[in-house]
Amino acid sequence: MELVCPAGSLTAVKIAIEAGADAVYVGLRDDTNARRFAGLNLDARELEQAVAIAHARRRRLFLAVNTYVRPGAGERWERAVELAATLGVDALIVADIGLLAHASRRYPELPLHLSVQGSATNPEALAFYQERYGIRRAVLPRVLSLAQVAQVARESPVPVEVFGFGSLCIMAEGRCHLSSYLTGESPNLGGACSPASAVRWERDGDVLAARLNEVLIDRFEPDERAGYPTLCKGRFMVEGRRLHAIEEPASLNTIDLIPRLSGIGVAAIKIEGRQRSPAYVEKVTRVWREALDAFAAAGDEFEVRPQWSKTLAGLSEGSQTTLGAYHRPWQ
Amino acid sequence: MNDKSKVNAKEDLRLSLGPVLFFWPKDVLLDFYARMVELPLDVIYLGETVCSKRREMSRKDWLGLARDIAGAGRAEVVLSGMALIEAASELSSLRRLCENGEFTVEANDMAAVRFLSEQRLPFVAGPALNLYSGASLAELLGCGMTRWVPPVECPGALVAGALAELDAANLARPEVEVFAHGYLPLAYSARCFTARLANRAKDDCGFRCIDYPAGVPVTSQEGEPLFTLNGVQTMSGRISDLLGDLGDLVAKGADILRISPGLDAAEVVEAFDRVRGGGLAPPVADECNGYWHGRPGMDRVAGEFPEDGSDARA
Repeated sequence: MELVCPAGSLTAVKIAIEAGADAVYVGLRDDTNARRFAGLNLDARELEQAVAIAHARRRRLFLAVNTYVRPGAGERWERAVELAATLGVDALIVADIGLLAHASRRYPELPLHLSVQGSATNPEALAFYQERYGIRRAVLPRVLSLAQVAQVARESPVPVEVFGFGSLCIMAEGRCHLSSYLTGESPNLGGACSPASAVRWERDGDVLAARLNEVLIDRFEPDERAGYPTLCKGRFMVEGRRLHAIEEPASLNTIDLIPRLSGIGVAAIKIEGRQRSPAYVEKVTRVWREALDAFAAAGDEFEVRPQWSKTLAGLSEGSQTTLGAYHRPWQ
Repeated sequence: MNDKSKVNAKEDLRLSLGPVLFFWPKDVLLDFYARMVELPLDVIYLGETVCSKRREMSRKDWLGLARDIAGAGRAEVVLSGMALIEAASELSSLRRLCENGEFTVEANDMAAVRFLSEQRLPFVAGPALNLYSGASLAELLGCGMTRWVPPVECPGALVAGALAELDAANLARPEVEVFAHGYLPLAYSARCFTARLANRAKDDCGFRCIDYPAGVPVTSQEGEPLFTLNGVQTMSGRISDLLGDLGDLVAKGADILRISPGLDAAEVVEAFDRVRGGGLAPPVADECNGYWHGRPGMDRVAGEFPEDGSDARA
């Protein structure tokens, strides 16, 4: 299985490749990708360097152009596609059907991957994208159980890529408007989810309150670890109870599923986190490289080393990891 | 299809009733629709779009209801497909729905688009399809789309912009149906929040959604309405209401206004009917309309009427 790692900067591209990524995915510094954070992502010149760095080491470089095109702004997305084709990017990760149509007609040689933002969760939807746009791979949303992934992989007309580690989106990606409802920033339309610009921390005695566009997402007592106010991970009131009504802060970690994902025929494992630091990318990539190499060597004898789990737990939200929807009871 | 040169007037607006997003007992649902067929509704969408475990109504029940409503001769009937298709059984149900042979289908997943376009059937593109631009609309027009329900987060300016792109490309516009009233369907998850709330596994949910005919309200720790849980669906905490924005809806290209039903839908339909006929909008309470105005969805932007308490429902 190919290990696909995130990079939010040229430094992160280099580090991910040194740490063992088979492929690195990046975005441009504008609203054409779904991780638009200040100071993050690459400009055209850096993208050219990133491709050169990857190709010098015989690794692959993918460009995510995975937001939906807004009326009147299509040129920016089309320029991103043109840039990818011109610079020899190894695959373009796209969600918008208008853009898929454009890219497949104009640059038929440029491999297209369906972004997780395309929200294709079943073989029939994948067949739609494959037939019309010739996609060569699809990234599956994090809502499927392992059995469902197996079924989709078996019937899919294209190889599938699944998320292995990182933030746990519990909504079907590309079908979540929670962020735009509270903050006006829509991940589908090039905004960040729960954008940092909307966050305000407020101290009230010993208690730390986290607000998003002034909406109280959570309050932390001194003995509680204060997490970033991602809106689906806040503590809210339901029927008189205060609870994580939607989801607890935890990260997805599927390292012990490696043999099964491989058995299912999954083509690639994706690590989430273009917004993370190069140091984070390095640690996660190293662990996953070791684990995939250990699996390649040991096959059925593969065992998760405690050190891997410890490292990954230390990099996780609330120090918690979960198998998420891959593990059916979680659903 | 619309002639782009024709500009609608408020009284040309058609009213639709979206599919019931909540899980109601069969007798409640049938009584509800018996009332709805008496109302000035132009389109009625039927079917379960949220969760395949909800089986108060069988496929046969839905088709029977569809025939009854169509037989009453007032409203066009459309069958709505599920939004999040995960299991093979859900996919085969969707295929059967698309092959029903009688009624138009609203596609809420690309799987439905493929089923329908294979049969060369015209279809409605529902709000769960990510269509935000002229180029993406053009793709689905080529597949047989005749009506577009934009994603609920779309501002009016985006809707108008996408239509203008079609005009510029000399493509006929689809009909445009805007989500004009109701709790906004915001997200779909693998996880069932209603089951989780009851400490039950999704596979053994006990169909608890049936206890919440208007969903489960979620507020902030300060009591501000945020979301409404509806099984695997997360909805807005406030009801979205564009009744005060009808002039702008018309100007931006809307042909049909969708009312997403709660148990009080009759009152809402009558208010919309009155306002499209020239009456004043009722005063707003907690409703939001931010999305249409390019703001956070939960915001309220002053509408076209003085919000002085004049009441079209009075």
